[in-house]
Amino acid sequence: MERQAFSLRKWVKSRKGQQTIIILAFMIIPLLLLFTFTYLPFGQMVQFSFFKMKYSTPVDKRVFVGWQNYIDVFKRKDCFSALKLSGYYIIGALFQLALALYLATILSFKTKGGSVFKALMFFPFLISGIAIGFIFKFFYTRGFVFDTVLQWCGFNLENLPYWLKDQRINNIALVATSVWRYFGQNMVLFIGAIMSVDKEMYEAADLDGANKFQQFFYIILPSIKTIVTLNVIMSITGSLSAFEPPYVITGGANGTGTYFVIMNEIAHVSQKVGLASAMAVVLLMIIFAATILQKLFFKYVFRNAYEDSEVKHKKRVKAAKGVN
Amino acid sequence: MKKHRTAGAWLWIVVKYVSLIFFSLVAVIPLASCVITAFKSDAEYASTNVMQLPTQWQVSNFVKAFQTANMGRAFINSGIVLVCVLAGAVIIGTQLAYVLNRFKFPGNGLIRSLFLFASLLPGVAMQVSVYNIMQSLGFINHLYGYIIMMMGTDIISIYIFIQFMENISISLDESAIIDGASYFTIYWKIILPLLKPAIVTSMILKGVGTYNEYYAASLYLQKKELKTVAISLYTFTGPMGNKYNMICAGVLISLLPALIIFILCQKQIYSGITAGAVKG
Repeated sequence: MERQAFSLRKWVKSRKGQQTIIILAFMIIPLLLLFTFTYLPFGQMVQFSFFKMKYSTPVDKRVFVGWQNYIDVFKRKDCFSALKLSGYYIIGALFQLALALYLATILSFKTKGGSVFKALMFFPFLISGIAIGFIFKFFYTRGFVFDTVLQWCGFNLENLPYWLKDQRINNIALVATSVWRYFGQNMVLFIGAIMSVDKEMYEAADLDGANKFQQFFYIILPSIKTIVTLNVIMSITGSLSAFEPPYVITGGANGTGTYFVIMNEIAHVSQKVGLASAMAVVLLMIIFAATILQKLFFKYVFRNAYEDSEVKHKKRVKAAKGVN
Repeated sequence: MKKHRTAGAWLWIVVKYVSLIFFSLVAVIPLASCVITAFKSDAEYASTNVMQLPTQWQVSNFVKAFQTANMGRAFINSGIVLVCVLAGAVIIGTQLAYVLNRFKFPGNGLIRSLFLFASLLPGVAMQVSVYNIMQSLGFINHLYGYIIMMMGTDIISIYIFIQFMENISISLDESAIIDGASYFTIYWKIILPLLKPAIVTSMILKGVGTYNEYYAASLYLQKKELKTVAISLYTFTGPMGNKYNMICAGVLISLLPALIIFILCQKQIYSGITAGAVKG
């Protein structure tokens, strides 16, 4: 006993012991939080998806229904048609990325007042979703901001649709708010990526008289294609889980309810927790599939990116010079 | 040395500034219309076009909005949440990053993957069952419950910390060990002070995110006296739904802190965005 206590004390004092203690002490809280608020709910969600239950239903009163909830997800009109709405958000996200890339390219060249433009376009990213909701409810109200601006441009109010009610246009109007919110953030991100490209390459290309298009296609785009591809794929995953614009602006009315809006309603209003969980699991599966595809895609696209990147760089500079 | 510009170069300059001005206007007009409307009296709001400047700039809407939405209380709540979440997230985040970066041990890679995988799970979907856990922990309608849930470190700040730590020479640690310092002392006295720029960056990002977070707040802070600034704006839905001069004033009050932080810390915000982006 005496000897053991002694060696324990010695172990605590040794480097190895100290390391173990610090590793455990520093990791226990983050891991506990990660477990409690991510992996435990994840497990529960999978479990709930096989039951018919409310939050308040005691454990023994929950009815096991097998795959019924999953079948319902695909059978219920509201769930499945909501998934199709993601298409609007995917297109919006792709447009947003293209716009961000365009503006980032412009701003990465010498521009008067560049930092002011950058700040103005970035700021919407810092506004809370709910405030954006109010701003755009106001913006799109009949005869208000958007209609006024369009009238300045020569449109007639009578020919303009009701932006949030007309089912032909309201989803596009909502997607536009999401583009408004995020394009500046994407732009800042791309500027960061472009800035990390070797400055000398532009200078060399500039001296040799390569124009901006050539500089973009031969120098900028190849250098930042990793981050662009990553963002394209992330925006597709993000579009599947579009939630905020319809949730705060229309509340999902007039056919604007995306998958998550419907899911939120099923979970917290009608309290069909089992069905909502099944919806969440289905979406997670789709997101995982997309992520795995992304990994494979990356492996394929960049399979030999590293070995010959040096050679390509040289070629690119040459090409930029040569075309002229 | 003056460069002679070709017609193409001139065209490029025109295209460049036209697009910059156009998209800056797109970003600003919704906000500008809010500012214009927020300063109008009820009578003027009812009788004039929304884009027409007010004849008299009124501040009464701001006072009314502040009182109606109980924003004084909301700012206190948001302040408490921010201070606790940021302090907690920085401490556990830097500690985790320190351990993951400086020590090799079985499970190191696994833990990194667990955090990375967690970032793939969309928050809204997770709340379906997080709600159940919050309920069984008795965390609903308590500020501390919301704070603890928000504290969980996200992969982006861990990534920022680890990346920054890789540039802190390990020889600093080694010489401290020779001087007899414990690992905690090394973390506290050497690593943490050197991490300051990374901490500021991640705090600003996390701070803005926490301040603007409203979905979880609306689920877990339903009592009137617990509302944060983001959800205090909900007061304006319903019967007051078309008093936009007051609503706009409320919206502007709520985004003021973000605007101030943005003006003061633009550089850190941009670098945080860029650092967080390359996590893949």
